[in-house]
Amino acid sequence: MISLKNVSKSFGDTQVLKDISFEIQRGEVVCLIGPSGSGKSTILRCINGLERHDGGEIVVDGSVLGEKSLPAIRAKVAMVFQRFNLFPHRTAQENVAEGPIHVAGRPVAEAMTEARTLLERVGLGDKCDAYPAKLSGGQQQRVGIARALAMKPQAILFDEPTSALDPERVGEVLKVMRTLADEGMTMVIVTHEIGFAREVADRVLFMDRGRIVESGPAREVLTAPKVERTRVFLDRVLNPL
Amino acid sequence: MDQFLTDAVKFLPILMSGLGVTIAVTLAALVISVILGLVWALMGISRNRMLRAISRVVINTVRGVPIIVQLFYVYFVLPELGVQLDAFVAGAIGLGVAYSVYQAENFRAGFSSVDPMLIETAQSLGMSERKIMLRVIMPLAIRVTLPPFGNTSVMLLKDSSIASTITVAELTRAGQLLAVSTFQNMSVYTLIALLYLAMSLPLTYLVGRLERRFARK
Ligand SMILES: Nc1ncnc2c1ncn2[C@@H]1O[C@H](COP(=O)(O)OP(=O)(O)OP(=O)(O)O)[C@@H](O)[C@H]1O
Ligand SMILES: [Mg+2]
Repeated sequence: MISLKNVSKSFGDTQVLKDISFEIQRGEVVCLIGPSGSGKSTILRCINGLERHDGGEIVVDGSVLGEKSLPAIRAKVAMVFQRFNLFPHRTAQENVAEGPIHVAGRPVAEAMTEARTLLERVGLGDKCDAYPAKLSGGQQQRVGIARALAMKPQAILFDEPTSALDPERVGEVLKVMRTLADEGMTMVIVTHEIGFAREVADRVLFMDRGRIVESGPAREVLTAPKVERTRVFLDRVLNPL
Repeated sequence: MDQFLTDAVKFLPILMSGLGVTIAVTLAALVISVILGLVWALMGISRNRMLRAISRVVINTVRGVPIIVQLFYVYFVLPELGVQLDAFVAGAIGLGVAYSVYQAENFRAGFSSVDPMLIETAQSLGMSERKIMLRVIMPLAIRVTLPPFGNTSVMLLKDSSIASTITVAELTRAGQLLAVSTFQNMSVYTLIALLYLAMSLPLTYLVGRLERRFARK
């Protein structure tokens, strides 16, 4: 579904992605973990064309990412952001319906009804008319997920979807994501929630300084990492004191 | 006071036509200033370095020259270059150009208040550049732009009196002519001041309300 071949990316003189290659199958849930600044967000941003990679090749659903294929690829790959990024001047329901109406060109009434159904699905049926400022972080992020789903994507990229949340709000968002995973959605998730990754992810990619230094089945990598740097990182995340 | 009231009854009808011209020249200049201001602001945030430089030069130049000199330029100098303009048109263009740089600053502040992450979000949804402008940038920028835009409009309304210097028969000019012919300086200029206030105070009030409404959101 998504494959990267020898992808590299520099900002000025600093190379932030070095020779990244991996493949994500349809229906697979892959977690990207690694220390801050290792390039996790940059990978997601490249797949979505928010950042242009300078070397290698990104292929989504059979088409090579480039100027021409970008709109089609964006229609297939949705994104969920750390800081939710809801449109503040639109209600929850309008946020969700924005893409279907103004990108996919669907009829307004139909898209709004569907937006309501999606909000119900993420447990926010009663918040349709609320503006983002009136919602908690957890609620905003669930609207963000509903907005991504509204585009009927084939895959969703999550960039630290829970790290801007109060600890007691993390669970409600992870629960929605777990449901999506169970329903077979293809997901690439940048996260520091190791417990979630262990239970929900099929595979884990561990990144450090622009490289993927370890990858494999989630349970294996997260319980018995083979690479020293992965071990040190996991130890630090799981035992912060 | 009695004198003022009888003068007022006599003079007001005469001043009313001037008031009409003031409103007309203000509105015309406002339209020109908004269009040009948008152009300068969009050039100023463009990816093209050349356009950004032009925008900066234009803004600094126009801002650095007194409005009255700009009006003289349009009305007296352009004809020498073969562009003959009627006083009203020259006034509207001169004021419009002069004010376009303040409008540009209002728009720039509005545009730069929009969180770039929201623009990226819209891109990731697959929105076209045009839709992003219309559905994300404009509606968000306008909340920041509208209050200073209101203030700029009030200033423009008052500065439209400068057009009197190039013979536009607006309120101030009509008053001057009336004062010269009747010697009732006190009554005439008090009336003129009151008429300007009658327009600018409600506008100022409206701007204040807008400001408070956007602040709450
Ligand atoms: N627009 C940019 N311009 C310059 N450098 C950038 C830019 N975006 C990211 N970087 C740099 O690229 C590197 C990788 O950044 P990236 O955001 O991908 O890391 P990350 O793994 O997501 O980290 P975090 O966990 O902090 O989110 C960092 O060193 C960062 O400073
Ligand atoms: Mg990041």
